[in-house]
Amino acid sequence: MNEVLAALICVAGGFVGGIVGVGGGVLFVPAMTVFLDINQVDAESTSLLIIVFVAFVGAARQRGYGNVNLRDAAVIGVLSPLGVLAGVVVANAVPERALELMFAAVALFFAFTLVRRGLAAES
Amino acid sequence: MPSQRTLKLAGIGTAAGAFSGLFGVGGGTVIVPLLIIWFGYGERLATGTSLAAIVLIALLAASAQGGIYGNVHLVTGLLLTAPAVGGVVLGTAVQQRISQRMVSFLLAALLLAVAVELVIP
Repeated sequence: MNEVLAALICVAGGFVGGIVGVGGGVLFVPAMTVFLDINQVDAESTSLLIIVFVAFVGAARQRGYGNVNLRDAAVIGVLSPLGVLAGVVVANAVPERALELMFAAVALFFAFTLVRRGLAAES
Repeated sequence: MPSQRTLKLAGIGTAAGAFSGLFGVGGGTVIVPLLIIWFGYGERLATGTSLAAIVLIALLAASAQGGIYGNVHLVTGLLLTAPAVGGVVLGTAVQQRISQRMVSFLLAALLLAVAVELVIP
């Protein structure tokens, strides 16, 4: 039963990923920690494996619909390891709680801006 | 000398990498809003391009993370990949049938949920 629930949450994760362009880890990780009793770190690693396939198939579908700029995607993807390194340096210098609050503020700012643009586009 | 556009893309890649490294999630939640807000991408193009970038990011991160920190549960991962891939095929298909504005609103809702989850310890 738990396996079925985990699989259903992964369907939802892929669905959300396809609609808003994220990997879906936000649901894959809890699917494994809550229902399959896998620890957080292992769940995050395993989630990355799932995301490789989900993002590949999602990107291929979007390419079919004409919605991918491959060159820009390549630049973003290739340079992301620089960010991972920067993140490790920052994580060692700044308390975790401060980082969480900072990312929360960034996410709220993005959400606010997206809604404002969306509402403006209507008028 | 790289163009200013390339430098901005590099900025997005670096931010996406930093947030995924720090929080486990964060690739797409950073890439999609920045492509829309900063580059003026339409929502569908932003989400498609984000997924393509995430293929690379997740590949690199999975090999690094899986090798260094945790253990990738290979069988579980592959078993869960099937429903997850089904979900993404469905999600991208549905996305072609809703307005781009609705995509922005749904993304905003996800960002709000991520923010709440980060703030509540």
